[in-house]
Amino acid sequence: MIAADRAVQRPASARLLIIDAAGRVTQSPRTRWLDFLARGDLVVANDAATMPASLAGIHARTGQPIEVRLAAWRSPVSGATAAFDAIVFGSGDYRTRTEDRPPPPELASGDEFVFGTLTAAVVRLLDHPRFVRLRFAATAAAFWQHVARRGRPIQYAHLQQPIALWDSWTSIAAAPVAFEPPSAGFVIAWRDVASMRERGIGFATLTHAAGLSSTGDAALDRRLPLDEWYRISASTAAAIADTGARRGRLIAIGTTVVRAVEHAASRPGGIRAAGRQATQRIDAHTPLRVVDALVTGTHERGSSHHELLRAFASDTVLDAAARTLDRDGFRTHEFGDSMLVFADGRTKSRRAMQRADIARAA
Amino acid sequence: MDDRSMAPRSLLRKSRILVTGGTSGLGRALVREFRTRGAHVAFVARTAARVEKTAAEEAGTLGIVADVADKLAIHAIALQVLGWRGGLDVLVNNASSLGPVPLAPLADTECEALEEALATNVLAPFRLTKALLGALAASAREGRGAVVVNVSSDAAVNAYATWGAYGASKAALRHLSRIWDDELRSVGVRFLSIDPGDMDTPLHALAVPDADPRDLLAPQTAARTIADAIVDALPVRASVRRNATDPASLQAAS
Repeated sequence: MIAADRAVQRPASARLLIIDAAGRVTQSPRTRWLDFLARGDLVVANDAATMPASLAGIHARTGQPIEVRLAAWRSPVSGATAAFDAIVFGSGDYRTRTEDRPPPPELASGDEFVFGTLTAAVVRLLDHPRFVRLRFAATAAAFWQHVARRGRPIQYAHLQQPIALWDSWTSIAAAPVAFEPPSAGFVIAWRDVASMRERGIGFATLTHAAGLSSTGDAALDRRLPLDEWYRISASTAAAIADTGARRGRLIAIGTTVVRAVEHAASRPGGIRAAGRQATQRIDAHTPLRVVDALVTGTHERGSSHHELLRAFASDTVLDAAARTLDRDGFRTHEFGDSMLVFADGRTKSRRAMQRADIARAA
Repeated sequence: MDDRSMAPRSLLRKSRILVTGGTSGLGRALVREFRTRGAHVAFVARTAARVEKTAAEEAGTLGIVADVADKLAIHAIALQVLGWRGGLDVLVNNASSLGPVPLAPLADTECEALEEALATNVLAPFRLTKALLGALAASAREGRGAVVVNVSSDAAVNAYATWGAYGASKAALRHLSRIWDDELRSVGVRFLSIDPGDMDTPLHALAVPDADPRDLLAPQTAARTIADAIVDALPVRASVRRNATDPASLQAAS
């Protein structure tokens, strides 16, 4: 595959690779993605806006420059504090590959980072020299003012130009809780939202704090995805329940949506209006309880995103798809081409069995 | 008798509202009016000292220092207001530029003065609406409703000599409002173009220095009218519907 090196969310040339439930692989211009859905389906997208999660500052005890990349919420910005798990780099910036960035000064619990007028304390070290829990001493207003002024969106070495905040916000971006863009959502234009209505396709959103896609450190990367906060509203919970009752299909826009709704569905009582932390990994052995299809980017084998695809399709099918992506020069990464993957028969037969179980129990 | 002020429907309790140009004239009056009605109010203005003063006078509001005419400021504004309360229900594009001061015939208007009027009166509301549309639509989907108010003028409809830059830009804004409303009504985001009338404000004093203030509307009166229009455009709150056994709520919901 070829790296998409320009931050254009919906290039006219964008392509879509479709894997249907029988494992057949076809292609289409991506602008026609709704043609593969049907009346009664429900599209669920992640409406998180992306925060400028990269903060340049000083490690107070040594005076050394550091860069902090916020990676996971530990407590919301409310009252006087916000806490995050974060990755800390030494000097330099995104122009150096993360793999080549020097480590930060040796960190200790209680250390302070100074970002202009904002300070954060290391609450504790996590099990890696770059990985810490931070608490900011600031009101919500002061925190966001500072982040708006001094924060930068997390950058990608494969892009020609640094991305600005607006490059990282999808059309439907709302609460700024994501650390990297929920980039599958770049596919959605407002004309698609209108078109869904005309076609009898439902549209709902949840908010999922998409975390870092890569840390530049193999040991840390193996831990991805970190726990991710999400919120499902009452109207979205109702739309999902209604779609299930009518045997409509749930089409997730992005892996974050799969993680959020499958996490919620695994909880006692099922999908309810709530804010929670998604803690699970999804792989070949994960039963999909509610998601029927996924719109996502084109992912390299071995990444956590690719592992998640194995819950939808067999390795044989994914290998065939990967050959097509390579052969036909699909573009990869955040601003690349997309895939629409329908879950294969495993899920369908399992759900039929579940329904039979429920019927017998009743 | 007008009993609106007593009815629950006149309240904007916990509505999350952003007002541009919030430290003077109509914008300042809107900040007070929305706060009085129980809303979470954020406002934007250019001058840090004035933002601090207004924020101090209107406890609980969020003041943001930025120039809406600067395109690089738009997402920083959106980030702060959305981070503060997690979303937005109402956007009031109130900040306005007259163009040349004193007012001038178009033939004497510098191109830069027209550009400034267009940047503040057309491009800024357009950009800010786009940046906040995801949040507004999310509010609408969750049943909270979503309204964008674009403050207009009779100069948007009538052609007045010497009001060329202002009138042309406000005409463009009025048309934008109508097209946005048509395009986004189905997703539940309503657009209101409201002409508050001639008010006793610093902007009006710049345009018509010798006007008699007694002939002008108090900004607070115009603010009340705009707040009422917003209440009318928002859906009856789910909380009001749930309390339908309460006779007062039934009356308000009907």
